[in-house]
Amino acid sequence: MTALAFGILLLATIVAYALNRHAASRLRARGQPLHSLVGHHAGFAALLVLVPVLVLILLWLGLQGPVISRLLMGGLPQGVLDGLDTGAVQLIEAEITSIAGGRIFGTPEDWKLAAAARLVDLRLMSGQMLLLAVSLLALALIALARHKVAPEFRARQSFESIVTGLMVFASIVAVFTTVGIVASLVFEAGRFFAIVPIHEFLFGLNWEPQIPIRADQIAAEGAFGWVPVLVGTLVITVVALVVSVPIGLMSAIYLNEFAAPRARAIIKPVLEILAGVPTVVYGFFAVLTVAPALRSAGAALGMDVSPNTALAAGGVMAIMLIPFISSFADDALSAVPRALRDGALALGATRAETMLNVLFPAALPGIVGGVLLAVSRAIGETMIVVMAAGLMAKLTLNPLDSVTTVTVQIVTLLIGDTSFDNPKTLAAFALGLMLFLVTLVINVFALRIVRKYREAYD
Amino acid sequence: MTPSRTPMQQVQASLARRRRKQITLQVLGIGAISAAILMLGLLLTTLTLSGRHALTQTHLTVQVFIDPAEIRADRLPRGGFDDVVTAAIAALIPGADLSNREGRREVSAISSNGAQFLLRDLVVANPALIGQTIALRFPVSDPYDQLFKGLIDRATPEANRRLNDAQIARFDALVAAGAVSTPLNWGLLFNADSRFPELAGLRGALMGSFWALLTCFVIAFPLGIGAAIWLEEFAPRNRISDLIEVNINNLAAVPSVVFGLLALAVFIGWFGLPRSAPFVGGLTLALMTLPTIIIATRAALKAVPPSIREAALGLGASRQQVVFGHVLPLAMPGILTGTIIGLAQALGETAPLLLIGMNAFLTSAATSPFDASTALPTQIFLWADSPERGFVSRTSAAILVLLTFLIVMNALAIALRKRFERKW
Repeated sequence: MTALAFGILLLATIVAYALNRHAASRLRARGQPLHSLVGHHAGFAALLVLVPVLVLILLWLGLQGPVISRLLMGGLPQGVLDGLDTGAVQLIEAEITSIAGGRIFGTPEDWKLAAAARLVDLRLMSGQMLLLAVSLLALALIALARHKVAPEFRARQSFESIVTGLMVFASIVAVFTTVGIVASLVFEAGRFFAIVPIHEFLFGLNWEPQIPIRADQIAAEGAFGWVPVLVGTLVITVVALVVSVPIGLMSAIYLNEFAAPRARAIIKPVLEILAGVPTVVYGFFAVLTVAPALRSAGAALGMDVSPNTALAAGGVMAIMLIPFISSFADDALSAVPRALRDGALALGATRAETMLNVLFPAALPGIVGGVLLAVSRAIGETMIVVMAAGLMAKLTLNPLDSVTTVTVQIVTLLIGDTSFDNPKTLAAFALGLMLFLVTLVINVFALRIVRKYREAYD
Repeated sequence: MTPSRTPMQQVQASLARRRRKQITLQVLGIGAISAAILMLGLLLTTLTLSGRHALTQTHLTVQVFIDPAEIRADRLPRGGFDDVVTAAIAALIPGADLSNREGRREVSAISSNGAQFLLRDLVVANPALIGQTIALRFPVSDPYDQLFKGLIDRATPEANRRLNDAQIARFDALVAAGAVSTPLNWGLLFNADSRFPELAGLRGALMGSFWALLTCFVIAFPLGIGAAIWLEEFAPRNRISDLIEVNINNLAAVPSVVFGLLALAVFIGWFGLPRSAPFVGGLTLALMTLPTIIIATRAALKAVPPSIREAALGLGASRQQVVFGHVLPLAMPGILTGTIIGLAQALGETAPLLLIGMNAFLTSAATSPFDASTALPTQIFLWADSPERGFVSRTSAAILVLLTFLIVMNALAIALRKRFERKW
């Protein structure tokens, strides 16, 4: 049905285009001076049909699911849903859907079979109504477009205003995305804070999100204080930066000042490869190579190193950050005006002195901006820590211990089946909100520093 | 410092120290770069060393007598296919005892669990095979695969080994009979996922990634170009366009897991789109790729010299005709390069796909973007989590497949840039 609807859309667009093209060229052939080009008449007709019909189809597809589900569940016999919670109701709906799809397990009750039959009817009806609506709208728009063809019709202006509208829409999608992120995080986190008080979340020293799912289950009470998770994130971030900042800065200094152009042309792309490796690959590398190596090194020194130490996760994250820091630092150093460099060299400074005493301080704001962006990356990095860091939240500053991070907790809380009404799931959104806010502040600050500094020398 | 020394002497005296400092700095720089490149080398070497084991798969070729007593045409697809295969293997092992359950299990454990289904599919497709003897080649199970590739050390004490002496002796008999071969492991690319490492392949993941990337491209490419053209060529410089611009730059730096939360709450929670579907994954990746495409497109548009625009305007073209007829075609190579790089990033993205459930265990590949599926990076994550030893090399091999795709895409982007780059 959906494919057919899109087929009608395509056909109608082509028909509208061809009709108007034909009509406009006939007018011109008769010697009438047209205001707009024939192509504009045709393009206007195509867009006039395409845009509204496409919107109709997408809206229909987006809304039909919830509407059908509501009609279906509302039409069940009295009393069958009494005393069931949302999970059980969803289960019944899933069962009816699978019966309607022809997958019957066991012998379902009669009312479920009846409901499944009704679901099939409803879907068929919705599909037919969609086709009807699409056809009618398309025909009406074709007729409207055809009616507009006239020598004095300003088809170019109309066509261009539709195109402008589409471009403005495309630009606003980015804004919608941000609004969507903020709205969904705030909304779900708000539901979490209705269950767990916000001060408990912000200042609590225990993070044990494993709460009983059934009333009779034996499990911990559940504690949602994010301090240990935050500390774990910071430990791993610090490890990553301690390793990556010196290496990244040193490579940038060498590439910028000392390397021969040919060496630079080879080394820079090779470093860039490190930035292009997917993080899940780094995660596997940490588990496969780095963590066992650290463990045996620790054993040789007589230290007990946990299998998923902050050191392994942070160290591997550092590899990922090296090209990031070095390319930001390289850009910042290159942006320092040539006059400063030449002046220092002319006064007899060595190249190292020029670099350390003149270029580096001048580039410092840009470098700090780059390092800050690296910090925000390290905080938000997910796959490396999910695979290499621990799951248990422990309040420790020891990098040889196993710690957990905000992103690890988000992923572990949400992997598997999730329902949106228990604090365990919602806690992930609260953590997500915090993550978003922290990285946003760092990013805005860093981008501002980078940009301001660039403008100062331009 | 004695006043008798001239400035020249003072400089001379400190020169050695200053030169040393310069050399130290250079050495540190070279050291840092070497460390970074060493890391890259280590990463690629360990992955290749570990992944090469999965490039071949140990197979067993045996003559199977499709016994009409075990397999009857009227009862297909049911039948004692596993017993038939076991009997065929036992025929090659001197002293194999099939009379008790223990002995049967020991022999049948050599073959992969998939062997019986391979035979079943053959017989179902051609029931005339019943009663005949055919040559059947199938994978051996993971421990024996590891043994044949030399990953199980025969020198370790029996108690610490995954295979005991009797099991090794049985397998050696098969090797001596010439029944064991190690062909290229095409199953890695063409099989769907499985709990058994010797059967597990990437088809489902490849299809999932294909559908997700297609969705991502179809959505992000037009939106990205539209937004970039408007912002670069048409938008008035005011608070609103400033806001959009800052917004896009920030969006490019939002952690990927946050996009996963957005997708989970909005696409799955509010819109009711299906879980685990590549379509939802593609939608999420599109939102993440959008800033990359917009930034690349704007750079490409900016690189087109104003003289082109002015010439077209001078000949009476409207502003949109200028952009769509002249500027955009000239900027297209740069735009495509940026788009391919954005898609390559999207291909390696894992965290948001985990949150929308694209890490389900599925034994069939998706045939539409709305079927549940995994993707290449989430499959790597799944395999990396599996306890079976055989999955370690499979994970590395899957990573090599992913890296190959990324290299191809980036090479394409570079080639495109080289081929069409114009200096004005």
